[in-house]
Amino acid sequence: MIRSILMGTALSLSLAPALADEIWVTNEIDDTVSVIDARTLEVKATYPTGERPRGITFSKDFKRLYICASDSDAVQVMDPDTGQILHDLPSGEDPEQFVLAPDDRLLYIANEDDAITTVVDTESRTVVTQIDVGVEPEGMGISPDGRIQVTTSETTNMAHWIDTETHKIIANTLVDSRPRHAEFRPDGTELWVSSEIGGTVTVFDTATQAEKGRIGFAITGIQPEKLQPVGMRFSPDGQRVFVALGPANHVAVVNAATLEVERYILVGRRVWHMELSPDQTRLFTTNGVSGDVTVIDLASLEPIATVKVGRFPWGAAARPTPN
Amino acid sequence: MARISVCLALSLIAAPAAAETIRIDWLERQVTPPPVQSNMQARPERLGLDGARLSVADIATTGRFTGMDYQLVETVIPPEAPFLPAAEAALAQGARLLVVSAPAADLLALADLPAARDALILNTAAPETSLRGADCRANLLHTLPSVAMRTDALAQFIVTKRWTNLAMIAGTLPEDLAYAEAMRSSLTKFGLSLAGEKTWPFQSDLRRAATTEVPLFTQDLPDHDLLLIADERGDFGRYVAYNTWLPRPLAGSEGAQPLGWSGVVEQNGAAQLQNRFRDTAGREMAPADFAAWAAIAALGDATTRTATADPAALRSYLLSDRARIAGFLGRPLSFRAWDGQMRQPIPIVTERAVVGLAPFEGFLHAVNELDTLGPDQPETLCTAFQEGP
Repeated sequence: MIRSILMGTALSLSLAPALADEIWVTNEIDDTVSVIDARTLEVKATYPTGERPRGITFSKDFKRLYICASDSDAVQVMDPDTGQILHDLPSGEDPEQFVLAPDDRLLYIANEDDAITTVVDTESRTVVTQIDVGVEPEGMGISPDGRIQVTTSETTNMAHWIDTETHKIIANTLVDSRPRHAEFRPDGTELWVSSEIGGTVTVFDTATQAEKGRIGFAITGIQPEKLQPVGMRFSPDGQRVFVALGPANHVAVVNAATLEVERYILVGRRVWHMELSPDQTRLFTTNGVSGDVTVIDLASLEPIATVKVGRFPWGAAARPTPN
Repeated sequence: MARISVCLALSLIAAPAAAETIRIDWLERQVTPPPVQSNMQARPERLGLDGARLSVADIATTGRFTGMDYQLVETVIPPEAPFLPAAEAALAQGARLLVVSAPAADLLALADLPAARDALILNTAAPETSLRGADCRANLLHTLPSVAMRTDALAQFIVTKRWTNLAMIAGTLPEDLAYAEAMRSSLTKFGLSLAGEKTWPFQSDLRRAATTEVPLFTQDLPDHDLLLIADERGDFGRYVAYNTWLPRPLAGSEGAQPLGWSGVVEQNGAAQLQNRFRDTAGREMAPADFAAWAAIAALGDATTRTATADPAALRSYLLSDRARIAGFLGRPLSFRAWDGQMRQPIPIVTERAVVGLAPFEGFLHAVNELDTLGPDQPETLCTAFQEGP
């Protein structure tokens, strides 16, 4: 029954005039990236990477793919058309996650083992500067205007607000235990930070760095300790925020205005990060323990398919394929 | 509500003004390690202390941003020197947050000192379940798991594996007897029992004789799925493996071991902690190191969240359900309000891998699944936590 529904979905999708968009997923244990065809929901390619690939993002023209190869102590630059590694960028030790500035040039990299944020110029392939932050930096966000970069540190439990002009920290805001991800609202007015062990998401006003609210989660039948928010994504219209709840195996849908949780969507095991399809109709979640990707239909907020990828999928990035 | 306002007060510190120095004491009673047969095993010189030092470095980084400075004052008391005078001297100098590595008797003597009444003591080395039970003290918290927590974790693992026929070989040292007793209680608690049990009798050098002696010694045990070993000092268990009459896996003090921590723990971000520890200590992180690390991480979290170093306020925060401390074991660490024991998952480990992490799926608890490990509130023998310290 399930199979026939899925096949029906695949069929109807194949009739849709969508481009062959792709979702690229890093497989942390396999040292590969899987390329999922966003239309057929099949893995169309798997490319080798450096060791322990985690963070992943495209250049604005989608001609280059940046990959944090954490255990190779490098950010790798891949040609997404061929899967070839073009070159490495200097990254500092153990790069876990990064964010590309809106100028498409500077990459802000969290060096998890060194309590440092490294700023790399992707054109000259040089380190611009390194900024001391808290222990185990991970969450990396940048304001849409590119003026504020936020690094969160897992063991220091803070969001460090970095002025991108001076590369100095202008504020440090405390959040609950083990912050994992920082995400600016698309209009730049708010910063959202997830705290994995604290079990909360803290919302800050960007202008004042003051806390606006804190969101907790509750799912019947799941113990509070398992509700561990990690990855976050704003919906295309900015009205909702999707929050991956790790070992609770659900994605929470939060109303961005009221900060109320509207819904929980069941996904695979240990959901980490998420990416929107380029046509913004679906959400893809990486499920670390089950080694797959759940595809959620954004109109119905229902999971519609599961795609098997490599071992411990972690990061995800979307690429519209030019025809 | 109070918590949010505290966070807001702290939240906008760009650069610390006049840093407040918070004193944390490491108080260690050195113990001469008892002899074991293998010469290959040496107790690390700074067991526990290496974990404490790393943790202070971790929380000091946080302190740079919150305006709190942490100072670790180390008092290491040699085996032949008396413990209490050194402890009293530290208290007289102003020690109020004490992270302690000492045997149970010394720990209790310290906790009972009048000068320690308003101190907060964290036990990182004494595993006795009684310290969390009838002998508990209101000013004494425990980050090392009790023996009962560890054997409960192993019993859950055994149930999960559906191994129903069990046998045990126990040593004769006090900690072996305590471990064996805890193991029996845990098996009963989870509906299991021992089909057979023997006491380790050998005094000879088994490094040469194991292949001939151990098969004979284990031949009359009833058939079993798993052979439990109670050998907490690591004296004989290693010679039992692969020498038993029946080819059976081992668990307990040898084989699959329930431990508070191990160098093979790597999930849930633990790899980062392990890397930092190896870099600074030059060895693998042991359970006592993790207990010391966790004690100071808990103090760091409590001082940051409460913006105070007052032991009573820190104790109250740690025992409240507001405390959710990140400890790289996949669930928040917190403290049981009825006996001061830190709640924590218990890894079941071999030398090379984590084979399970207790609490296991299906061991349910109305409040917190971690409370399926060790004495739970209804059965606690501890009364000191019923009112304030």
